[in-house]
Amino acid sequence: MGIRTGLIGLGKMGISHLAIANSHPGIDVTAVCDSNPALLGILRKNTAFRCYQSPIEMIDAAGLDAVIISTPSRSHAELVRLSLKKNLHIFCEKPFCLDPSEGKALAAEAASRGRVGQVGYHFRFVGTFQKTREIVQSGCLGEIHHIRTEAHGPVVLRTRGATWRAQRSEGGGCLYDYASHAVDIVNFIYEAPYAVSGTAAQSIFSRDVDDEVYSTLHFRSGATGQLSANWSDDSHRKMSTRVTIWGSNGKAVADRQELQIYVRRPIRSYSEGWHVENITQLTKPVDYYLRGEEYTAQLDHFVRCINAHEECRSSFSTAADTDRVIQMLASDASDRSARIEAHQGEASSNTRSNFFRTLKSRVTSRG
Amino acid sequence: MDRVLFGDNQFFGVNHASEEKARAQAMRFRDAESMIQVLDYAVDAKVNTFMCTTHAKVAEIAEHVRKNARRYEHFEFYPCMPYAHKYANAMAEHGPLEALRQILPQEGTISALLKGGVSLASMNIEGLAELLIDAEMKMFHGLRTPVVFLQNVVTDLLLGIGYDQAFHIFANHIRRKYKAEPGFITMNLPPLLDALERAGIENPIVCTTINKAGFRMSGGISAYENVLRTRQFRLVAMSVLASGAIPAREAIEYVCSLPNVESIVFGASSRQNIVETKRLIDELSAPDISRSEVSSCDEAQREHVTRLQRVVS
Repeated sequence: MGIRTGLIGLGKMGISHLAIANSHPGIDVTAVCDSNPALLGILRKNTAFRCYQSPIEMIDAAGLDAVIISTPSRSHAELVRLSLKKNLHIFCEKPFCLDPSEGKALAAEAASRGRVGQVGYHFRFVGTFQKTREIVQSGCLGEIHHIRTEAHGPVVLRTRGATWRAQRSEGGGCLYDYASHAVDIVNFIYEAPYAVSGTAAQSIFSRDVDDEVYSTLHFRSGATGQLSANWSDDSHRKMSTRVTIWGSNGKAVADRQELQIYVRRPIRSYSEGWHVENITQLTKPVDYYLRGEEYTAQLDHFVRCINAHEECRSSFSTAADTDRVIQMLASDASDRSARIEAHQGEASSNTRSNFFRTLKSRVTSRG
Repeated sequence: MDRVLFGDNQFFGVNHASEEKARAQAMRFRDAESMIQVLDYAVDAKVNTFMCTTHAKVAEIAEHVRKNARRYEHFEFYPCMPYAHKYANAMAEHGPLEALRQILPQEGTISALLKGGVSLASMNIEGLAELLIDAEMKMFHGLRTPVVFLQNVVTDLLLGIGYDQAFHIFANHIRRKYKAEPGFITMNLPPLLDALERAGIENPIVCTTINKAGFRMSGGISAYENVLRTRQFRLVAMSVLASGAIPAREAIEYVCSLPNVESIVFGASSRQNIVETKRLIDELSAPDISRSEVSSCDEAQREHVTRLQRVVS
């Protein structure tokens, strides 16, 4: 018998997790939960899942071993807490918790109970980014001095938008949705930055949330980084993430498809100059494919962590580090905009007083 | 189905190996005219089937083909629906039910019902699915569409959640309304064949990734080779070059050596690549026996086996 699993939230990610989990031989999806009665009606009629409208009821009654949480970000912490009380293993969508201190506490709670807590940062399961991590960690690029991380794509292209993704209080916005991936890739490949500066988080179309985020990242090693995330960029067909790393012995550029490496002095199997490896060589095959190998690979990893107690590659703990960086970005952005507003206020009052001074001097000189 | 079909990934910035190549293609094919020019190379090379998504630009190509009926006398479309990004983006922006409402035709009874307060939830799935299919098929009005495919993201999602009946709904509607054969694109060939069998779809047309490198062949290359030997279905092979990971001749030689591969779909942007790929497939596809001869032999063999079984029982 597989891991008896319940799934909470049947939005875009939830329905995809449902299909992948249901196809996995190690998982028995026994229950699903969503607040939308219409969706539940369709599933009740056409599939064998037990359907719940209340997550509390499902966690209490369905006799589960594990739960997959893919609800709006604001509800993650509460649902994770409830699931841990029932001693369940948890796969939670990203970002983990809007309050990083809560994320750290939940990571500790999961560890003390010996439960697997994984967060859906699926780029950690993409072959090109895994290889980039190996290259960086093994020192092929020498001392790292700068990292550029980017996430661009077409999510919000006009002012309308009725889902939770358009509401800051629910954990919507480009910072939580797109920039979180760009930050987590850096945390995975190199390390989490300890400080950020010069953050701009601004709206292009959205009324309540940011659509683009830019910032400078500072690492303990002395290296710096640049973050650029924009979810209103429809020059990309779908979300595109890219990381560029400069080190004392070369450079690496990785996206989902391709890894380009430039090596200054030969090291290990790399001769001097450019090397290109792409996803066809770097992807491990999966047993069921939907939208990308990485989505299956991350759930397969979840199962292996539960069964074999492997170390989790995208744990509550690493996700809480990413939450901490997100919070630093949010507070730096709001401090910065407050400073700019103050500057603007000062500048405009200076302009006003200069105007009156000039006027007075003209009048005086005429007289 | 023809042995060689022309695909459309290159037109829509889809490249599994490189984002830079994908972007360069998106720049080159920013209007329907540039796509038509390449399609004409394919037609000149006697590749007369265009297997395409229901992207808005394809509607313009369809219009061009309608207007130039003589030039495209033997030309056929194999529509692949839905154009998934349209749905995915609408779902992220509006949520699943509102996304459906946005995508359904604005005019007609459904729209009137919705305005009248009838919720989507109370309607039956079959009726809704048929409306969505009709909305996607509108652009091909008056054109030949002998095979209509369900895109892999939808096929595989339905397969994953175990909603087999949905395949039956799709197949029925395509057969009844469009007098066409339903086809299913998948990245999960072996389990899909089981699901289609459960849904009562016999000898289905299935399009899937097949390449010597085993790239994107879920469950492994040997599982695919095994069902090709043992199951009855009509296969369209895609991604045979594995995004350039295998040299063309070697790649096509492998696919042509497999039993039961009826067609091969490929995409290319230059006249030279189109001509060369078509020539290679023709050359490596059992030159002395035509496809129809092969299928009549198969038919005779099946009849023979049935007769034997009757005798034995």
